Amino acid sequence: MAEHNNRLMAARDLQMWFPVRRWGFIPAGAVRAVDGVSFELRRGEAVAVVGESGCGKSTLARTLLAIHTPTGGRITFEGRDMEQFTSREMRWYRRRVGYVQQDPYGALPPFMNVHRILREPLIVNGVRDRQEQEERIRDGLREVRLVPVEDFLDKFPHMLSGGQQQRLVIARAIILNPGLLIADEPVSMLDASVRVEILKLLRRIQDAHNLGVCYITHDLSTVRYFSHRIMVMYAGKLVEKAPVGGLLDDPCHPYTRALLRAIPDPEPENARTYRPVPGGEPPSLMNPPSGCRFHPRCEYAIAGLCEVEEPPHFVPRADHEVACWLFREE
Amino acid sequence: MRNLRTGLKELRHYPSAIVGLAFIATLVALALYAVIALPLDDAIRLWRAGEGIWEDTPRNASPVLLNWWPGNNHAETIVVRCSDEAATRSMERLSDDFAIIDISLPLEFTYDGFPDDVRVFLEADYEERRPHAALAWKTPDGREIELEERTLGERATYVVSGDRRLAERLGTEAHIGLFRQPDIEDDVPLKGRYELSVEGILFEPEGDVRVRLVSYGRVHGLAGTDHRRRDLTVALLWGAPVALAFGILAALGSTLTTLVIAAVGVWFGRWVDAVIQRLTELNAILPVLPLLVLIGTLYSRSIWVMLGVVIALGVFSLGIKVYRAMLLPVRNAPYIEAARAYGAGNFRIVFRYLIPRVIPVIVPQLVTLIPSYVFLEATLALLGLGDPLLPTWGKVLQDAFQQGALYKGYYYWVLGPALLLMFTGLGFAMVGFALDRIFNPRLREL
Ligand SMILES: Nc1ncnc2c1ncn2[C@@H]1O[C@H](COP(=O)(O)OP(=O)(O)OP(=O)(O)O)[C@@H](O)[C@H]1O
Ligand SMILES: [Mg+2]
Repeated sequence: MAEHNNRLMAARDLQMWFPVRRWGFIPAGAVRAVDGVSFELRRGEAVAVVGESGCGKSTLARTLLAIHTPTGGRITFEGRDMEQFTSREMRWYRRRVGYVQQDPYGALPPFMNVHRILREPLIVNGVRDRQEQEERIRDGLREVRLVPVEDFLDKFPHMLSGGQQQRLVIARAIILNPGLLIADEPVSMLDASVRVEILKLLRRIQDAHNLGVCYITHDLSTVRYFSHRIMVMYAGKLVEKAPVGGLLDDPCHPYTRALLRAIPDPEPENARTYRPVPGGEPPSLMNPPSGCRFHPRCEYAIAGLCEVEEPPHFVPRADHEVACWLFREE
Repeated sequence: MRNLRTGLKELRHYPSAIVGLAFIATLVALALYAVIALPLDDAIRLWRAGEGIWEDTPRNASPVLLNWWPGNNHAETIVVRCSDEAATRSMERLSDDFAIIDISLPLEFTYDGFPDDVRVFLEADYEERRPHAALAWKTPDGREIELEERTLGERATYVVSGDRRLAERLGTEAHIGLFRQPDIEDDVPLKGRYELSVEGILFEPEGDVRVRLVSYGRVHGLAGTDHRRRDLTVALLWGAPVALAFGILAALGSTLTTLVIAAVGVWFGRWVDAVIQRLTELNAILPVLPLLVLIGTLYSRSIWVMLGVVIALGVFSLGIKVYRAMLLPVRNAPYIEAARAYGAGNFRIVFRYLIPRVIPVIVPQLVTLIPSYVFLEATLALLGLGDPLLPTWGKVLQDAFQQGALYKGYYYWVLGPALLLMFTGLGFAMVGFALDRIFNPRLREL
């Protein structure tokens, strides 16, 4: 049962559909931003979620954070079912899960100074003792290397650089000692020069606190550095789940392969050569294609199968799942 | 978006804002002075102008300021009492119940113009038999003019301008005749020391007579007087705290409630928002002024009732739509999502995250809104719906209007309150516009 105890979070068949109404009241279907996502996350494990823009990554993050109430499926955290959370458990859950957003400036209230920004989560979560608040605020700032602390306490977000802002966001996310950090493209809006710094910081924090991390990105080049496992998302579904090495070196799903081909090659000679991103348009999330959602863009599509029936998860290798008919066992 | 405090500090770079602040500071000082120097109860009592309160002030006198103009030397009000040091008084008791009392009141007259009127107020102590008095007027050049002889009651008033026989004797209006230089064609006042002598006969051992002489000026007080002899300084002074309180409370009350309601609607959305929107639209078609007139006529004209109604009608004002438009994008701001993720409740999000974001935009609006409520109060007063007790600028204007002040040439009566209203409007508007430029930088280049 050691394996089971080690499980931090699990999602089973998670669905987040946004109803669409015509003229404000006539129901007209739904945007299926997250549509049947299942995964497990172990303690201290970093999982990357990759996929192209609009595939539902942020929606997945918000659903896991209980900002959206899922329209189907279930989330369990440390063995408790989120649907059955009492309001006390919900508060506990919010302490246990930290959130790092994409746009650091937008993520900080512009009218609060650093001190206030870090104090808010403490106040909200019942840390009333002034002294304890101060200590935790200072510890948090030191942890994200916003030092000397005194120089930053009175500053407002617009007085900080992008990198410093993101450090502050991270400090806020970990100030309640969470067990899980959900980072939604934490570096994509930062200057290239500070990206590595921030990723290293996240990495260090993850190790220091044995945090589970859900790292959302569409930049596969940073994934190897940061995470243990990768989940590839396409049109609201996870199409491939595997350890980093296995997936990057030997991808199975045609979509993953196409994604990997789209990464710029560090070799200067090859950088010039044109590498196609997966051809065709991303599918509509309101009327997703039948069968495998990737089949209209897939060069290996099997006529009569892929467009008819949705592929289940096959396991071509140990610990490597892929939802593609190419890997069906015959 | 800048911080509220730094924005306020920046005000000092705007000369217009400094002038505006100076106006506001003056008003506040005036208001404080009014409240401290003249307690509300006294102000109300004075303004109600009960019996005997305004005996010593002239009717419709201009402000004393008029005399500051070179060459102007209008008569000011002079009051002489028999208890004054300059007055003399002697009593000769001829028998137990018979005495002669001689009172002489000196009046130093140095003006180039005639007084408005002269009155002698006589008070007598007696039990059954009333004293008798003879009044005479001595001019600086030694003439003596007999005024009147009469039997006194407890209180008696001799109005010189009303003495028709005296007027006939002097050949001109009586109060002018008393001060006129004799032997020349024109009416020119004779300067110098006049004297009113009162010779009284008392018929009782305990009897006594007291006299007060009032020469009413053509100018009186800093603000002049009205048709009921009330010194307008009372109303102009007390108008300041009333106007500030009404304007600020109404502006704050309606803006804050509107803002909170808009924020609640934006945050909860769905039917809450829909209900708020419909109520706003409903409220928009309510005619405010007629409603206020209705309430003023049927229920109460108290300024606090009016204030309450103004705020209540302002709660669902169209401002909600404006605030809603400002708040909608904030609602989806990532920092609010973050706040939800660390567990901030609805109440906290509305008041700590949503509203503070738009406060800097609201503050200039609020400041510019204040004078419009001050004007509303004046408008109500002009419509006859002013507070029945409180002296306010609007009520002075209403009196002036009713008495045809401009037609009769009593410009001061309208100018005083009008100027104060204007300065109030100007002060707040200048500060408000400067704040607007600071907080909405797109306007800054104008
Ligand atoms: N609150 C919402 N209401 C309705 N539709 C939504 C909502 N949030 C997201 N969507 C829709 O869900 C889909 C997925 O959006 P999401 O933001 O999750 O994509 P993403 O993978 O994070 O993209 P990106 O990489 O650009 O951030 C989009 O089509 C979006 O329009
Ligand atoms: Mg996203």
